[in-house]
Amino acid sequence: MQSYTLTHLKQLESEAIYVFREVVSQFERPAMLFSGGKDSIVMLHLARKAFWPGKVPFPLIHVDTGHNFPEAIDYRDWLVEEYDLDLIVGSVQGSIDKGTAVEETGTNPSRNGLQAITLLETLEEYNVDAAFGGGRRDEEKARAKERFFSHRDEFGQWNPKNQRPELWTLYNGRYNDYEHFRIFPISNWTEMDVWQYIAQERIALPSIYFAHKRKVVNRNGILLAESPWNTLLKDEVYEEKLIRYRTLGDMTCTGAVLSDADDLAGIIQEVASSRTTERGNRSDDKRSEAAMEERKLQGYF
Amino acid sequence: MSETVLNNPSIKREDSASAVDQSYMNMDLLRFTTAGSVDDGKSTLIGRLMYDTKSIFEDQLEAIEKSSKTRGDENVNLALLTDGLKAEREQGITIDVAYRYFATPKRKFIIADTPGHIQYTRNMVTGASTANLAIVLVDARNGVIEQTRRHTYIASLLKIKHIIVAVNKMDLVDYSEEQFNKIKKDFLEMSSKIGIEDIRFIPISALKGDNVVDDSERTPWYTGGALLSNLETVEISNDHDLENGRFPIQRVIEAEGFKGFGGRVDGGIIKVGDEVVALPSGAKTTIKTIETMDGKIEEAFPPMSVVVTLNDDLDLSRGELLAKTDAQPESATEFTATLCWMNKNALSVGNKYILRHTSNEVTAEVVSIDDKLDINTMESVNDVEDLKMNEIGKVTIKTSSPVMIDAYTKNRATGSLILIDEESNETVAAGMITA
Repeated sequence: MQSYTLTHLKQLESEAIYVFREVVSQFERPAMLFSGGKDSIVMLHLARKAFWPGKVPFPLIHVDTGHNFPEAIDYRDWLVEEYDLDLIVGSVQGSIDKGTAVEETGTNPSRNGLQAITLLETLEEYNVDAAFGGGRRDEEKARAKERFFSHRDEFGQWNPKNQRPELWTLYNGRYNDYEHFRIFPISNWTEMDVWQYIAQERIALPSIYFAHKRKVVNRNGILLAESPWNTLLKDEVYEEKLIRYRTLGDMTCTGAVLSDADDLAGIIQEVASSRTTERGNRSDDKRSEAAMEERKLQGYF
Repeated sequence: MSETVLNNPSIKREDSASAVDQSYMNMDLLRFTTAGSVDDGKSTLIGRLMYDTKSIFEDQLEAIEKSSKTRGDENVNLALLTDGLKAEREQGITIDVAYRYFATPKRKFIIADTPGHIQYTRNMVTGASTANLAIVLVDARNGVIEQTRRHTYIASLLKIKHIIVAVNKMDLVDYSEEQFNKIKKDFLEMSSKIGIEDIRFIPISALKGDNVVDDSERTPWYTGGALLSNLETVEISNDHDLENGRFPIQRVIEAEGFKGFGGRVDGGIIKVGDEVVALPSGAKTTIKTIETMDGKIEEAFPPMSVVVTLNDDLDLSRGELLAKTDAQPESATEFTATLCWMNKNALSVGNKYILRHTSNEVTAEVVSIDDKLDINTMESVNDVEDLKMNEIGKVTIKTSSPVMIDAYTKNRATGSLILIDEESNETVAAGMITA
């Protein structure tokens, strides 16, 4: 007898497709935040499935810090052309030039904190009422309570006490003037699910997720890539190592991991046996125990 | 093994997924909720499940080791893993629904971790609404208490088919079989009034790890298997409604030369050629194709998201529902439902709300509150004027246009609804349709 059950990946896929269709039906001007990272790439794949054979009915927004891995930008541009997508680029440099954002100083200035400013400016400029993000609840403690439909006030801020209960899959996307929503279609996915899905669906990725040789410097246990924005401290040297990236952020704050995994089977094995979270390599989460929660309150994810 | 796309060195696509271990790709998924009162050790249990299945990473463990020390806890406090928000860590309680993930080679698990205080009934209802299974924690020293009743009742109200009663802190009652059996007897006496299909009892110590992941040597009298093996093997394939064909239309999908209807199968098995009726209009047609980006398929079942095309050109839109003609839902503008009220502004008779049911949205009025349930005694109270936050009651609802309903006991998707306040836009109630 036929068994009417779906694998965990098929269930997660179906759930995400359902969320995409709800949002496009409930909101007027949705957009997808696209970082070039694996989570946003998977999200886009799911969006294509949700509206196929139609086009993805909303634009992608890329917040460009100017500190990107070149591979991420190449990938973004290829994707936009391959799938006939609309792309909006919000520029952190633009916010700095306008004076709405102030560049950090020091040997390793990060534009990570400035992203939220440019993001909110871009959302406002295009009047976006629902912004899809690739956040997952397994990433970090503060995200474990995130909703699929995450309500933001008129300042783009997240108030953990003011989130709507989400019953069954009856999502409530109604909002008052100046409020908007962040939408997380892959809330229930884990890092492992994302990698398994990439393998199952044969999704193309930026090559820096796979093992390659690169010059890096070990700073407080984090392997930072050689880049024009990083100044070596006294006694520091770049060394060539075989590395790959588990997450993809700015070159100034994303740490590499030593790895020889040059295919998905290798990466999945590595994720399965890994003893640290992927965000363990992000220097931006380490500033305090509640770092992520505080950045969320400010309008970061 | 990876190829570059378009000879672009920045992009890689795997030429075949065959090198990836397929057994891990074909796991199924169990969603469960945990309920327990403040000191039942619920967060510790979840921490223990994740810790013993190696789902906790070193950096997370280091972080909680540090926090445990700062707080002056004797051991590593596994509860800190799930208490995510600052306010919670400060108060030492869980104040919202948190979702947790772990996997074994057999299954992937999603935990909805809900707080147990009386004022958080709404969170328990939220967590239970998507769950296949509920773990009800009981303190072995205290036995069945009011909170146990409340949690069990909510699980039954939300039609969770499987309940595991985890009798925790067995280490504090010397792993006494007698005490365990007494709790079991008390629980069954209480739950017989509610009606739950599958109840299991497991003696555990979340703190010491007894019967959580591995069978404990300290309970030789118990043979029902550890909690994890129960979670891995409980049969959930029949938890969806596979009888009544239901396909609410979420969105019209159009492309050049193509028009289809996107939605999720919420009931039954929809096959190509099936005769369906579009409701509320009543137009009949047949399923022409079932489409996905991966190709056409012959049949679809819950909870698959697909696109269907029809053999007649019907002008259908979001909010309408395709039902198989052999088992149609009721088209109603007046019906009764059990509501759990979730907002600080109470419900009172005559109030109007926006009612969301499947993909449909209508204006609704609560015309009467028929009774209210005292969730601690499970007795119903008549002569009710309002429903306050965290209260549960039976109401009669009138809608501005027809809603295609099933009883919640028959179908969780077409039997559930939420009410939204027209002014604040907040979700104010969860409803289970009774008739």
